[in-house]
Amino acid sequence: MSAILTVEGLEVDLSVPAGTLHAVRDVSFEVARGETLCIVGESGCGKSMTALALMGLLPRNARRRARRLVFDGIDLAAASRTQTNDLRGSRMSMIFQEPMTALNPAYTIGNQLCGVYRRHKGGSAAAARERAAFLLGKVGIAAAGERLGQYPHQLSGGLRQRVMIAMALMCDPALIVADEPTTALDVTIQAQILKLLKDLQDEFGMALVLITHDLGVVARVADSVAVMYAGAIVERGTAAQVFAAPRHPYTAGLIDCIPVPGRTKPGERLGAIPGTVPALVGNITGCAFRSRCAHAQARCEDAPPQHAEGGHEWACIRGAA
Amino acid sequence: MDAALPTHAAMLRGRIFGHVGLMTGIAILVVAFACAIFAPLLAPHDPYFQDLAARLVPPVWQPRGTWLHPLGTDNLGRDYLSRTIYGARVSLLIGFSVMLVSGLIGTTMGLAAGYFGGRTDMAVSFIVTARLAMPVVLVALAVVALVGGSLVVVIAVLGLLKWDRFAVVMRAATQQARAQDYVAAAKATGASTLRVLLGEVLPNILPQLVVVATLEMASAILLEAALSFLGLGVQPPLPSWGLMISEAKAYMFFSFWMIAIPGTALGLLVLAINLVGDGIRDVAAPEGRA
Repeated sequence: MSAILTVEGLEVDLSVPAGTLHAVRDVSFEVARGETLCIVGESGCGKSMTALALMGLLPRNARRRARRLVFDGIDLAAASRTQTNDLRGSRMSMIFQEPMTALNPAYTIGNQLCGVYRRHKGGSAAAARERAAFLLGKVGIAAAGERLGQYPHQLSGGLRQRVMIAMALMCDPALIVADEPTTALDVTIQAQILKLLKDLQDEFGMALVLITHDLGVVARVADSVAVMYAGAIVERGTAAQVFAAPRHPYTAGLIDCIPVPGRTKPGERLGAIPGTVPALVGNITGCAFRSRCAHAQARCEDAPPQHAEGGHEWACIRGAA
Repeated sequence: MDAALPTHAAMLRGRIFGHVGLMTGIAILVVAFACAIFAPLLAPHDPYFQDLAARLVPPVWQPRGTWLHPLGTDNLGRDYLSRTIYGARVSLLIGFSVMLVSGLIGTTMGLAAGYFGGRTDMAVSFIVTARLAMPVVLVALAVVALVGGSLVVVIAVLGLLKWDRFAVVMRAATQQARAQDYVAAAKATGASTLRVLLGEVLPNILPQLVVVATLEMASAILLEAALSFLGLGVQPPLPSWGLMISEAKAYMFFSFWMIAIPGTALGLLVLAINLVGDGIRDVAAPEGRA
């Protein structure tokens, strides 16, 4: 499997009034063509910042650094603004969390879909419209021709997210970054959208980086998983490895929080991780999770050792069981 | 799934035609525009022709009034109806030109300040504050004293001075729109900064822009009247409503209609523009908001 996206040592620093906030610290991963990588973690752990950093959409007060940031043979870290603009929406596209606000209320669906296509591929309005109608059909929207003439506020949340997915697919991208694409949707719609993303991936073969805090989502779609905590990846491996044998206490804690049908009895308390994510302003030394960890020891004050075992990597003093 | 809903255009039509204020404003504006455009066809007399034998003829509803001059004549015997009709030209011309000039300046500055923030914002805010420190009438007085008053001077002075509200409102609206996901989404599809500004942000702040534009147009028309009244605006014998009021003030106690007629025309026009502005805001408000 050749990697479409290689990230090595990605760092994002935000300058905030209190100092420098290290939102993303030394994050490395690879995504192969047709693969789904899920980045999991709780709020504020830097997963959205990672997604925005990949797309070059960081807020103004943010700085991005990386040892290597290569997409499809192009060095994103060195790419000019024009090059980045040419890539975005064409070779790599993004799906946002809030389908209610991510579509421009001033234009019809068709206008927005065709706009992306014509910006990158040129061609006639008719060709763009045909592509848009084709993709609306693909994302399961009936009466596509009629929908093209409608405005975003005339569509439901689930429909809008489908439109967003169609928009991401307009130029046949090699990579889609989806930042919590199902968080704002009803649970029933969530399952439909995930299945849709998976089906589309099988059909079009693009790589998918899915940012989520929902391990249920991960279990359903991920090929590989990266667990982030306090801006760093603490555990990485295939979905099977991470779910069957979580090595990092944080991952194990997250998995304990999910109720399992059949195994979790009525009235039984679910697992919980005590405490909150530490503040990320200033220098962070040692394991960031030690203040909440049941296995914390004096050695956790030092940088945690990295373990690797058949593609399964984690950063903790506790080695393989 | 919601096929039973009326179409977008049908709902919009319903909102426009159901809005009494908007329709009233449009009706008055249509009359004003007709007067301005077809003035030579509508006016019964030449607005500049002086008939000294028929000076200060009162309007037709007063004793001594005649159908020859339905709204009477002024102190030089010029037909008042014709002068009022021609006066609409000056008011509308000034209103539109000033709105366009100041709107272009103010919107550009507001968009830039709101979108880029930081130093651009500080610079624009400083210029706006500096501009607000200058009273329009005093500046106009100084300019007219230097170059003399004329239609072009009035348009230039007002256009270059009255962009402040455009800048302030557009800045706030842009700041709001900039933070929306669709702006990030547009960037994520490879749109350039200019494209994001003109293609994504501007259409969404258009309702606010239209409202400011109408208010500024009305205020420009009033300012022109005020300047002309002070003798700083358009010069006689051009028929401007402000000038007509100014010329009539000497006869205010004996020929009240001379001041009331251009005053009413001015009031109605400004009212109509404000009604249209409010109406557009009401009609556009639910648009695109989920």
